[in-house]
Amino acid sequence: MTQSLTLENITAHYGTTKVLEDLSLHIAEGELVSLLGSSGCGKTTTLRLVAGFLEPTSGAIRLGARDLTRLPAHSRDIGLVFQTYALFPHLTVRDNVGFGLKQRKIGGAERTRRVDEMIERVGLGALADRHPANLSGGQRQRVALARALVIDPPLLMFDEPLSNLDAKLRVDMRVEIRRLQQANGTTALYVTHDQEEAFSISDRVAIMKGGRIMQLDTPEVLYSRPANAFVADFVGFDNMVDMRVISDMGESVTAEMDGGAQIVLPKSQFTVPGKKFIFAARPDGLLVSAAPGAEGIPATLGLRTYIGRAYQYTCETPGGSVAANGPLSAPLESGANVTLVPQPEQCCLLPAE
Amino acid sequence: MKHRIHPLLIAATVVTFLFLLGPLVVIIGAALSDTSFLTFPPQGLTLRWFSNIFEISAFTRTMGTSFMLAVGGTTLSMLIGIPAAYAMARYRVELPAFLGNVFVLPILIPEIVLGFSLMKSLAAGIGLPIMAALLIGHALLVLPYTVRVVGASLNSFDFSIEEAAVSLGCPRLKAFFIVVLPNIRAGIIAGFILAFITSLNDVSISIFLTGPGVSTLPIQLLAHMEQFFDPTIASVSVLLMGVTVAVMAVVERTLGLTFLTK
Repeated sequence: MTQSLTLENITAHYGTTKVLEDLSLHIAEGELVSLLGSSGCGKTTTLRLVAGFLEPTSGAIRLGARDLTRLPAHSRDIGLVFQTYALFPHLTVRDNVGFGLKQRKIGGAERTRRVDEMIERVGLGALADRHPANLSGGQRQRVALARALVIDPPLLMFDEPLSNLDAKLRVDMRVEIRRLQQANGTTALYVTHDQEEAFSISDRVAIMKGGRIMQLDTPEVLYSRPANAFVADFVGFDNMVDMRVISDMGESVTAEMDGGAQIVLPKSQFTVPGKKFIFAARPDGLLVSAAPGAEGIPATLGLRTYIGRAYQYTCETPGGSVAANGPLSAPLESGANVTLVPQPEQCCLLPAE
Repeated sequence: MKHRIHPLLIAATVVTFLFLLGPLVVIIGAALSDTSFLTFPPQGLTLRWFSNIFEISAFTRTMGTSFMLAVGGTTLSMLIGIPAAYAMARYRVELPAFLGNVFVLPILIPEIVLGFSLMKSLAAGIGLPIMAALLIGHALLVLPYTVRVVGASLNSFDFSIEEAAVSLGCPRLKAFFIVVLPNIRAGIIAGFILAFITSLNDVSISIFLTGPGVSTLPIQLLAHMEQFFDPTIASVSVLLMGVTVAVMAVVERTLGLTFLTK
């Protein structure tokens, strides 16, 4: 059983503070969508609204055909996995997993069978009679996962489920979460502040800021074609330079930055969003070149740092300071005059703000 | 590795124990003395002052009253204190901060003032029967203990556990009983014991609220002492001490004493 989740024009307040503004979101059946953002962006609020722990000021929440907006939390039938695992300390693993079924008055042989099956599926067969205090962090999270999955909910929600685990385990667990979610085909809402985590397991990611969704798309699109400066900055376009178009020559556009430097942008690789726009580039998107006659932004090199796959330089350009990478084979000294050659796959153009 | 303990530390420990236990030894000794007056060291040994307690009906009657009051007052304070502590822990952000202090007021107000004002308002003012006034008085007296001790338990309780129960289909009220209560059990028992002992030993509230025909054991002890200076006073004290020790022993057996210091 799986259903789509729809949030329509949700606005929410804590007291008089507005925390969500006119937020709409649709998650298709079986899809995993992440809400990604720093603390205070409204991602957890959104999850708590769907769970029923908070009530929106206005707007509607629907799961399949059911209207959840004013439904009490215990009637919503949503599997929830918490950051702190939130296992019942006084119950064994088996009773923790069976809790939801017990509330649904599913008893006897069926409960035993479903609980045992689920405990096996998350690989905790040998630990079924232990209490949560005697489990490791990873094992606890597996119990939490099993407890949420065993009720066979139409929607699964995860509230930063991996942030209390160490790095190695985080990767294993997120693969595990994705595997179980896909195997059941359950619709899922996943809240995290970790970009890699969100991008690696999600069908789509919503990047949030100040109670709004800044962009909702597949990880691939977010990574290569951010829609605005906030998202661009979030996905690593560290350099942003204001530009204006000075001539359109059919095949390409020539644009100028403050201070007068010009670059030529082939239309086959760039879509210019307007007369004025922002040129955004990752450090990898500006190749430091000492070759005479290279086409790009003139710059003077500053500090050089070693980042493993390349040298990174802080560079002074007419339009301001930027970070650019140069090959390991040719380290350059501070003060050298170079050209920064744009690499289209690591650059993008954003509408002026 | 040899661990040398500083002689001063040993001396300080011995002095502290003497200071704590010395008076108790004196009381126990005095209770066993085969004399008709209080004395230490005991002259001769007898248990007759213990049997004497049960021959004086005022003692047996007030003992019953004291136990009823301690159980009733503590229960009443739990019925008020647990929901109050829960609300203050759960809605810490939403509720005003001074609310926590309100529940500690009975400790901050001099007990004698509290006792007097209770007499003026409950007994003299609205004319409550003595037993009812005592019950309310004792509940109020021990409320700070129940709220603080249960509150301490709740402050370390992760409320997402309650939310997990709700998300799994358990209504809020039921979740409180089957998920929250079992996990703050230690705090409730600790609070109950503290409150019980406080109520059992109270003098300053009871002295204002007791009246004709109704008294508590400590008040009766005072009354008895004014008339007779015999070792019965000591034996009653030993008995009260014994109750406290027995309660602690039960706690130690079932939960371990360490949870009281948590």
